[in-house]
Amino acid sequence: MMSVPFVIWLIIFRYVPVWGWIMAFQDHKPGRSIWDQKWVGFKHFEFLFTDDSFYRVMRNTLAMGFIHLVLGFVTAITLAILLNELRSIVFKRTVQTISYLPHFISWVVASSIITTALHPEEGIINEILVWLGIIDKPIMWMGEGKYFWGIYGLSVVWKDLGWNTIVYLAAITMIDPAQYEAAEIDGAGRFRRIWHITLPGMKPVIVVLLIMNVGQILEFGVETQLLLRNPMNMDYAETLELFVLRWGIEQGNFSFATAAGIFKTVISVILLFIANGIAKRLGEARLF
Amino acid sequence: MNQLRIGRGRYASLNDRVFDTVNILLMLLLVVVTLYPFVNTLAISFNDAIDSVSGGIYLWPRVFTLDNYAHVFQQSQILNATMISILRTVIGTVVQVFCSAMVAYTISRPEFVLRKFVSITFILTMYFSGGLIPTFLLMRDLHLIGTFAIYIIPGLIGVFNLIVIRSFIEGLPEGIIESARIDGAGEFMTFIRIVLPLTVPVLATVALFAGVYQWNSWFDVFLYNSSKKHLSTLQYELMRILQNTNSQSSSRQVDFFAQAANRGQTVTPKAIRATMTIVASVPIILVYPFLQKYFVHGMTVGGVKE
Repeated sequence: MMSVPFVIWLIIFRYVPVWGWIMAFQDHKPGRSIWDQKWVGFKHFEFLFTDDSFYRVMRNTLAMGFIHLVLGFVTAITLAILLNELRSIVFKRTVQTISYLPHFISWVVASSIITTALHPEEGIINEILVWLGIIDKPIMWMGEGKYFWGIYGLSVVWKDLGWNTIVYLAAITMIDPAQYEAAEIDGAGRFRRIWHITLPGMKPVIVVLLIMNVGQILEFGVETQLLLRNPMNMDYAETLELFVLRWGIEQGNFSFATAAGIFKTVISVILLFIANGIAKRLGEARLF
Repeated sequence: MNQLRIGRGRYASLNDRVFDTVNILLMLLLVVVTLYPFVNTLAISFNDAIDSVSGGIYLWPRVFTLDNYAHVFQQSQILNATMISILRTVIGTVVQVFCSAMVAYTISRPEFVLRKFVSITFILTMYFSGGLIPTFLLMRDLHLIGTFAIYIIPGLIGVFNLIVIRSFIEGLPEGIIESARIDGAGEFMTFIRIVLPLTVPVLATVALFAGVYQWNSWFDVFLYNSSKKHLSTLQYELMRILQNTNSQSSSRQVDFFAQAANRGQTVTPKAIRATMTIVASVPIILVYPFLQKYFVHGMTVGGVKE
């Protein structure tokens, strides 16, 4: 009985907005109820697919989502394995605690730190690169669109690398130590133990997280891009969610923006099912 | 087994030793890359603003001063934003933890027939949502825009937190709850007296997640309350400062420096930015290492069990 008010809350705040999808098939006029609007069928979707900036936005969203996914997984799995191979427990703990730090700060703070580090005159990145002789003069990292995806990828890795290792390290502790012992007696070296025991032991967790994250690929793209973008790199920074924000909140075209939002959600759910299906086909652990 | 490994470690092959050395160096690199930006920002925030302009501040302030912090906290706008940030963090966390625990308790009770249905209804929302615009319009229709409540009510229950608490409660011995029943305690009393005290470890985890979320939020301020100066938060104020530094001299910033100049003080965007960055992140940096045991456990439970 106690949960009744919360189920009502859930319906209002999480399910009623889905009802608002109707708007995408109407020409929404403010001040009228949802029943009192003009129905326009798929007009907004047609307009969406003929809009040039929509394709640019899709390209950015997919590219950054893919970079986020692949780079995030590879770095976190690698770090988990390397941490596991450290011999000193104290050193391992210290590195772990420090590596969680960036996860706890907001993206606003992170973007402040990132833009400071990349600053053309005072940024440490330019200073180091010039000092090493890799570049002759400082680069305007934030001023050119072509660097944006890379900056985005490195930013998300910097922020969540340590945090993402938690689940993998937990999976590693579940591996039976006897396996390592046996491998060692058989003369398997460090790399072979990692390859044949540690990685297979992590596989179920990796697969489940991959499925969940594939469904999120289009969703990575509000805070970070909104904070790091500027008029100079906008062509590479604008994502689907920012597109929705621009059309909906800034321009007030709610119907069109909702159509773009629906497109995003539908694709996300399809991706989730595809990833889950592939995992099932391959006989791997899966989400449902 | 441990002894075996340590024993072998002592006579490790050359390969092994190279691996260990490279590994330790990589970890040190990670530590430096993670910590340096914070240390550098901290140094700039404690360094004289004019002196910082010439650059070359790395790990330690060159001309130590507390002026930057004094400037920041003399701004009524910043003081107010700090209050709002603290308020939303405290209220939002307490409310979310309490409500999530309550729902988690009900859906963990085997005799609750709609248990499965309610759980799925909650979990589904992790995978899809109505989206930005319908949610925005809903908030407008509910007249939540421009209010403090919009920071608390939409985030009443965190689904991830719900799952974490539920799996913890399910791990409690059944007898405890049953015995409270026999003593005649009602559901609500059982929850308050028995379940809540027993779930303190997991509630600490959830409180950390909720607290961090609340403290770090800025997008809801940006979306719903950007015209309400008195409801602004620290993160949002920092965001405005950042956006202003990018697109030089907006009226707000001119304001800021004019005020400082009137007081005969000197500030620069760089110093203010560094100081605000520290102010906006320090509370969390100070708290999280002590709760490490809890959040690692919470992530493990919530990440593996879906």
